[in-house]
Amino acid sequence: MPRHRLCLLAVALAVSGCGGPFPQSTLEPRSDFGWAVDHLFTDIFWWAAGVFLVVEALLVITLIRFRHREGRPAPRPTHGHTVMEIAWTLAPAVILVFVAVPTVRVIFATSGEAPADALKVDVIGHQWWWEFRYPELALVTANELHLPRGRPVQLSITSADVIHSFWAPALGGKRDAIPGRINRIAFRADSLGDYAGQCAEFCGESHANMRLRVIVDSDSGFGRWATVQLAGPAAPAPGTLAERGKSVYARSACLGCHTIQGVSPGIIGPNLTHVGSRTTIASGLFPNDSAHLASWIADAPALKPGSVMTRMQPPLTDADIAALVAYLEGLR
Amino acid sequence: MKRWITTTDHKRIGLLYFWTAFCFFLVGGLEALLIRLQLAQPNGHLVSAETYNQLFTMHGTTMVFLALMPLSASFFNYIVPLQIGARDVAFPRLNAFSYWVFLLGGLLLNASWLVGPLFHAPHWNVAPNGGWFGYANLTERQFSPGPNIDFWLLGLQILGISSLAAGFNFIVTILNMRAPGMKMLRVPAFSWMTLVTQFLVITAFPVITVGLVFLMFDRFFGTHFYVATAGATPLLWQHLFWLFGHPEVYILILPAMGIVSEVLPTFARKPLFGYTVVVFSGVLIGFMGWGVWSHHMFAVGLGPIADSVFAGTTMLIAVPTGVKIFNWIATLWGGDIRGSTALHFAVGFIAMFIIGGLSGVTHASPPADLQQTDTYYVVAHIHYVLFGGTVLGLFAGIYYWWPKMTGRLLSEPLGKWHFWLTFLGMNLAFFPMHLIGLLGMPRRIYTYTPELGVSALNLVSTVGAFLIAVAILVFLVNVLRTRTHGRPAPNDPWGGATLEWSIPSPPPVYNFSVIPTVTSRLPRWKTERHEPMRDPPAVPPVPIHVPPGSWWPLIAALGLPVLALAPLTHTLWLAFLGAAILLVGIYRWAFEPFEV
Amino acid sequence: MTHAAATHHTSMGLDSRKMAFWAFIGSECLLFSSLISTYLVYKGRSVVGPSPHEILNIPFTSVSTFDLLMSSLMMVLALAAVQRGDMKWGKIWLFATALLGLVFLGGQVIEFTEFVHKGLTLQTNLFGCTFFVLTGTHGAHVTVGVLWLLTLWVRALQGKLGPGQALTVEITGLYWHFVDVVWIVIFTVVYLIQ
Repeated sequence: MPRHRLCLLAVALAVSGCGGPFPQSTLEPRSDFGWAVDHLFTDIFWWAAGVFLVVEALLVITLIRFRHREGRPAPRPTHGHTVMEIAWTLAPAVILVFVAVPTVRVIFATSGEAPADALKVDVIGHQWWWEFRYPELALVTANELHLPRGRPVQLSITSADVIHSFWAPALGGKRDAIPGRINRIAFRADSLGDYAGQCAEFCGESHANMRLRVIVDSDSGFGRWATVQLAGPAAPAPGTLAERGKSVYARSACLGCHTIQGVSPGIIGPNLTHVGSRTTIASGLFPNDSAHLASWIADAPALKPGSVMTRMQPPLTDADIAALVAYLEGLR
Repeated sequence: MKRWITTTDHKRIGLLYFWTAFCFFLVGGLEALLIRLQLAQPNGHLVSAETYNQLFTMHGTTMVFLALMPLSASFFNYIVPLQIGARDVAFPRLNAFSYWVFLLGGLLLNASWLVGPLFHAPHWNVAPNGGWFGYANLTERQFSPGPNIDFWLLGLQILGISSLAAGFNFIVTILNMRAPGMKMLRVPAFSWMTLVTQFLVITAFPVITVGLVFLMFDRFFGTHFYVATAGATPLLWQHLFWLFGHPEVYILILPAMGIVSEVLPTFARKPLFGYTVVVFSGVLIGFMGWGVWSHHMFAVGLGPIADSVFAGTTMLIAVPTGVKIFNWIATLWGGDIRGSTALHFAVGFIAMFIIGGLSGVTHASPPADLQQTDTYYVVAHIHYVLFGGTVLGLFAGIYYWWPKMTGRLLSEPLGKWHFWLTFLGMNLAFFPMHLIGLLGMPRRIYTYTPELGVSALNLVSTVGAFLIAVAILVFLVNVLRTRTHGRPAPNDPWGGATLEWSIPSPPPVYNFSVIPTVTSRLPRWKTERHEPMRDPPAVPPVPIHVPPGSWWPLIAALGLPVLALAPLTHTLWLAFLGAAILLVGIYRWAFEPFEV
Repeated sequence: MTHAAATHHTSMGLDSRKMAFWAFIGSECLLFSSLISTYLVYKGRSVVGPSPHEILNIPFTSVSTFDLLMSSLMMVLALAAVQRGDMKWGKIWLFATALLGLVFLGGQVIEFTEFVHKGLTLQTNLFGCTFFVLTGTHGAHVTVGVLWLLTLWVRALQGKLGPGQALTVEITGLYWHFVDVVWIVIFTVVYLIQ
């Protein structure tokens, strides 16, 4: 761990009185993109810290040394000094060269180009959730991006409505999701983990509630996940609560917006074919458990202001909701 | 009352600007406190998501357009004519018009807090909610159907007219109304920075006006300037906005730099070191400010070449800024520094602006910026620049020129309390934001989870914000106390070098009983080649004509909000009424006898 | 407008109103640059027709352009007449300038109406948006100019405009020529270079 992060974290710890963890920290990179940015920031940080110390020290020394004292003779009215002016014009310019050269290098290294064998994922921002499409795998999921460790990945980012920004700090910098435009970032995740991220461009009422997770798995783990996702939805056993839930789903407004493969073709909201396999719901807001699912179905706008998933009219009964929850949880 | 409403005296207009802008500053501060209360703890629920979005939008919009710019304008108005030895600005009635348009535009914007029911909204507040930057296409009718954004885009267009009118006025004033002998390189640094600022205003505001007109047409007349499905791109807005927005940053900071360049020499008893360099670095910053706008857009994916170019220009602008800082320190070096409150604030400006400038360098680097932009790290940066810089600089100006403007000296002990509380408060409020951002908290979010690990830092920041509020209260106490108990100010309480100190405090309506002839950059100081000037006599040797007031600037100004109400309320006749008022105002103004 | 500020001392030796007007024109340049740039950036990006070459009537607009150029000439003559104190011709040329301005505006009205009939409105496509807002903004400037010229003409008829107000006429002329030059640019960018 580079020293600057130790410093910063030490300050953070001292102030916050707790040791983290900091799941969305930009200072703990877990990809080549993340590391490149981090090294660059470390360089610039130390230059800035050096300049800060020198200039502030100069200021303080000047103030102390030349503070008013009785009997001090009137100051000599100096108007300027050409050599000094040239010197302190050149000094920052030279320092900036040391910042600019690595900057340009990293700009080109992180411009979103990826090798041909990179895993390509389309990222689509919606108000207020994320859609992830794996064109090679013909696979669609939402809010939780699964990636294999060690393999180059290229994300093609766009938006279905307003401007969003895809950001998973551990894996590198953010890129805006802009309607009518595709932005790319490329990276290779280097550690297994479950990384937090969220939309970074103000995108309306529930901008704060547009979170995401990136789950970096081993190659085999990723393969297993993909196989499960590619399969059709689990069919609930006859006579179970889940089966009743499926019929509730099929006769309520759910199917207008959501896709469950073979059941409903809606495209307004997230694909629910394997919703039970996700760890969170409502774009990373809540753990995926029956209590949260139930309250989410009952009144989504209360949990995510402005959500287009309005309260159903007429409202679902508690029994219907329980059945729906059982059905959705079974969609693993 | 009538004398104030019809006034065309630059000093009265300066005071009107000051008090109006200060009230808006308090409103913007109140909004900041509500924001900080909401974020003091994770999962805060003091205000709703919608109200929070309105709060941060209006906090930014208010502070930029209704507080900091007009507070600077109050000094342009009051001080610049005195510094250059003029009886008034070039166009006194246009000056009054600028003020009234500013006031009415500000009131229109803030009316949005209260008029929800008139627009069938479920709550009182329908204030703008798209951020002070109002990014299209979020601000299009499709995604922001309410009147919120309408208030914003109409209010900003009105405020733009005020700024433009003032811009033309002050450019001409400074270029054309200088006392005999005051060559351009004898113009005081503050007036110079005012001149640069006004050039930025008249070139930057037309660009944002075009952006706002496009948005207005999209929202009201169904055009597609920012609609991706029509082949357009919402990025057009970002380019137009930041083409304006970055010069705007210098519009906010250059006047404060000018103030610091006045205060330091006075209290160090030493001329400004490298006056010419300070002036030309200001001019250079003004020019370069036009070539850096895309550094606000590194995350939009402009491509590696554009990113490299804008990184380069952005880093280059650090050079003239650094040069100014070194010259200020050199001004203090070898001086006889008197620690007045004004000097405290001016030095505070330098110390804090360095931090803001250096954090700016860290996001001048696009890859680093990809982690920092849209996080609290940038919130920390802009507050070190605009609070640590502009606000501290403006307070330096307030303490420095208060005796000139009111005839009484603010209390120095209370001033010191004000300074140290502000200094402590701002560092508590804004320094932790660097860490909050680096630890991954985006800006403009109304809530965050405790898992983020930034709860304690946020609480510290909130405490800091309230400390700033206490400091502002101390200032208000100081002001109130000074009205009755303040020491009456002599012509020159500080031993200043510039012309404003050669006349009574507050100055008579005609300013100078005799227009002075200037033979030096520091007319009131003794230098190697130059003896101090003789102050103008207390009584004018010949009677001086003072222009009368005029109603027409106010009446013409009233036409603008009426015009704005037409689209807001979808009422056509209001458009005709507004245009008629404006037209009548302008015609009567043009043809009334008015001798300056 | 009723009195000349020329009697006042000015540091640059240039009348303050004239200087302010030059600053205003500088500011207006940025306004029109933004509008024209937007037109150029969005050129060819419309997703539906009609496109410029299906709509624009170059011969017709060439006549309008010529008309506006001639009005600039009238303006020059008007100023010269006022400056030498020849108010008879001053009135005639001022009115002629305003009249040619009105003819230009009439041409614009005919043009816009025809475009709408051909299926191009403000909402049709990006070409419609950018074209109408750009030329409409210019038209609004011409309208202000015509009102201003007519005001001067009426003042002249009332005998309130003489050589003493030559500076006022000069500033009006500055505005009028500026608006004319902007039209030349728009005509070139929008009509000639398709």
